[in-house]
Amino acid sequence: MSAPTGLETPPAEAPSTASPKRSGGVLSYLTGQLSQVGLFIALIVIVVFFQITTDGITLKPINVSNLIIQNSYILILAVGMVMVIIAGHIDLSVGSVVAFIGAVAGVMITKWDLPWPVAVVLCLLVGALVGAWQGYWIAYFGIPAFIVTLGGMLAFRGAAQIVLDNKQIAPFPDGFRDLGSGFLPTFGSTGYEPLTMVLGALAAIALVVSAFRQRLERRKYDLEDEPIWWFVAKQAFAVALILLVTVQLASYDGTPIVLVILGVLVVGYTAVMSRSVFGRHVYAIGGNLAAAQLSGVKAKSVTFWLFVNMGVISALAGLVYTAGLNLANPSAGNGFELDAISAVFIGGAAVTGGIGTIPGAIIGGLIIGILNNGMSILGIGTEWQQLIKGLVLLAAVAFDFYNKRRRAGV
Amino acid sequence: MQDPVDSSQPQESPQAHRRPQTSVETDSILVMRGITKTFPGVKALENVSIEVERGTVHAICGENGAGKSTLMKVLSGVYPHGTFDGEIEFDGKPLQFGSINDSEAAGIVIIHQELALSPYLSIAENIYLGNEQAKRGWIDWNKTNLEAGKLLKRVGLRDNPITKVTDIGVGKQQLVEIAKALSKEVKLLILDEPTAALNDDDSAHLLDLIKQLRDQGITSIIISHKLNEIEAIADRVTIIRDGKMIETLEMQSGEVTEERIIRGMVGRDLESRYPEHESNPGEELLRIENWTVHHPVDRQRKVVDSASLMVRAGEIVGIAGLMGAGRTELAMSVFGHSYGTNISGSVYKRGVEVKTNTVPRAIAAGIAYATEDRKRYGLNLIDDIKRNISGSALGKLSHFGFVSDPEETTVANRFLKSMNIKAPNVTAKTGKLSGGNQQKVVLSKWMFADPDVLILDEPTRGIDVGAKYEIYTVINRLADEGKGIIVISSELPELLGICDRIYTLSEGRITADVPRSEATAEYLMQYMTKYREVDA
Repeated sequence: MSAPTGLETPPAEAPSTASPKRSGGVLSYLTGQLSQVGLFIALIVIVVFFQITTDGITLKPINVSNLIIQNSYILILAVGMVMVIIAGHIDLSVGSVVAFIGAVAGVMITKWDLPWPVAVVLCLLVGALVGAWQGYWIAYFGIPAFIVTLGGMLAFRGAAQIVLDNKQIAPFPDGFRDLGSGFLPTFGSTGYEPLTMVLGALAAIALVVSAFRQRLERRKYDLEDEPIWWFVAKQAFAVALILLVTVQLASYDGTPIVLVILGVLVVGYTAVMSRSVFGRHVYAIGGNLAAAQLSGVKAKSVTFWLFVNMGVISALAGLVYTAGLNLANPSAGNGFELDAISAVFIGGAAVTGGIGTIPGAIIGGLIIGILNNGMSILGIGTEWQQLIKGLVLLAAVAFDFYNKRRRAGV
Repeated sequence: MQDPVDSSQPQESPQAHRRPQTSVETDSILVMRGITKTFPGVKALENVSIEVERGTVHAICGENGAGKSTLMKVLSGVYPHGTFDGEIEFDGKPLQFGSINDSEAAGIVIIHQELALSPYLSIAENIYLGNEQAKRGWIDWNKTNLEAGKLLKRVGLRDNPITKVTDIGVGKQQLVEIAKALSKEVKLLILDEPTAALNDDDSAHLLDLIKQLRDQGITSIIISHKLNEIEAIADRVTIIRDGKMIETLEMQSGEVTEERIIRGMVGRDLESRYPEHESNPGEELLRIENWTVHHPVDRQRKVVDSASLMVRAGEIVGIAGLMGAGRTELAMSVFGHSYGTNISGSVYKRGVEVKTNTVPRAIAAGIAYATEDRKRYGLNLIDDIKRNISGSALGKLSHFGFVSDPEETTVANRFLKSMNIKAPNVTAKTGKLSGGNQQKVVLSKWMFADPDVLILDEPTRGIDVGAKYEIYTVINRLADEGKGIIVISSELPELLGICDRIYTLSEGRITADVPRSEATAEYLMQYMTKYREVDA
């Protein structure tokens, strides 16, 4: 059928990134990828900046290890938060839930003398209940998530104080503490710790292999529009990053257990969000709720389970945080929700929903983590830290908006 | 509420002597000459001229999409001077509006079908919104409410001016809009489908009010599909068809009937814009019985009123109805109760009653609904073609809850080819496609779900002739595969061109069931405009 289409608005142009094969196209290709690349560039710039200003402390083995351990809770929360935000919601209660779960864990382990693995499982269940409670009001009652979780932010902070009777609980048994600050068993006493090196190498290989397989698949369906040099550059960069971190960790105490937890979360949830039916439905209701519902997506049920999931993830963050500090504290987790939300938006998620990725949120979280860490090393006061973090968030989102408008304008 | 309009003998109204039979040198408040408005690739208006006499009610008729609204937008300054050709003379002076504010300053006020009131402000606040009764920047509430009260009296509304707009019904809101217009010292009032959302009492009152205003010297232009209302109150009727002015009829002569107007509205030839097709209807596939739906907010109002209809396997059935007749509401309420409240009636699939009260259930029952508003209800515009197509039947592509990317891409590629979707590849974002291609994605989505009955709501709205032809071909192909197709369209020629049978819908009721052999535009239009008597 070669029907005339003269009256229609011009059909979609192939994205400007489609055919940069000609010489001189390299630069234009990169600018086309700016939103994707920009995040990495920002991360590198920030790392280099602190590496210089802190006289090389930032990338010292002990600091890399600390960075991961100290920021794990933001990264864990960001994984759950990005899913909530993609669906077009928000969760302001996660910081209070962290404190509440820490309190529950403290009571279970030190007062009730439950074995810590049992307590961990129970705490995750309590987290699920917390999420179910909030999810019910949001999904089935139709109250905006902002309000329900604002209520949750107050209520669970109060609950944490009640459970702890406004006192702190410490210490915790070693096994539990390892969740937050422990390392995988180490082998060999000098040089690079072999298990960490092996795990790092495996991670790098897995990443490259899966990227390559995806590329092959895209080629098979003639969907590939990424030039090979760019593909190689990206993989090389990712491998270099993994190996850098691996070497630093291997020359300190080895692989932090939270890194393993985090790795499992990231890999698992990335798969869920990009390939599972549930993940698709999350993107669909965030992108166009009415259209999703008219396509048969059970939006209420998806929303409900999304918040149950967020509750479990918040509980996990609470456990890791409590274990890391070896302290259950009623004022723990203050402002964590803001760090997690910032991480998600720095990572390219859209306020209106429908757009965002877990790797993006992780990089956003790393940017915040390195800012926190670097500024602390430099001895910058918390008041300035807040101010700078606020400006970075605004700059990141402004850059994203600028980028979108620039592309729309072309 | 008030006295109903006496619609029986409008030609004997006492004003008749003021209107000469011919329009030679009369006192025209408005003259529009040679108006031509072009959108990229489409001539929406072509050399339209219209003359409105002072102190009359002038009706404008035409099918949906004939260009009525465009003409009113030209007049009210929505399309500023310079974006169209032709001249406008108002009150004897040539006018060049740059915006709506200019036309309002000149005394032309347009009241749109979707009312533009702020629901949580009071009646008085709404009347003076943008025109606040203020002294040195501070609002004089006493004056505001007092003046608003006077205006309300003029339009026959006895509510307190401090009542919130959300607390009064649609009919009264319409009157508030008119009071607002009066506050701006309106000379020419334009009402776009003013009674479309009103019940009989409110309609009667509104028409009565328009007559009263006419007697006070306010000229009205009324755009309406309800020919009985036009017969009741209009002094003249101008008919627009395909962007051209067809004729202006003097209603006072008493010779102009509804049939006469209908002939003017639909009189166009059917070209071969429709593919040849011979349907082979089989047994009954879907039957809807006594379907009644109430308005989601105005819960007393029946939007669909005990409608019954049926479609056979391999049959293409049309639903014809004018704007506000309840076409979309009928379809969406059947499809998972996506519209309305207090829905009653039954749906039978091959003779067995099925539940369709949630979208997943409706889909499971083999029903699909492709919306008239693809951007709002049909597509996730920020996502790609592939994922939009797979959206309503992801289960078919997934194993243990995980979607198989290769299978999904294969399916999407198949539709890209078979539906002739013009896009670089299946990962192109649907928001960047043209209307015709977006519509093909929506159709692909539902074809992939493989339903037995497809309800296509305005399947060719806003797309060009060539893409329309392709979509008609697809519809025929689906019918040949034994599916039942229900096409809702406001374009009669389209229904006449592709349907085997056409139901007419008016005020939520099925008024006729017409086989193709007997269907003509005039015949259908008669039943589409078959309203309950305005007279109570």
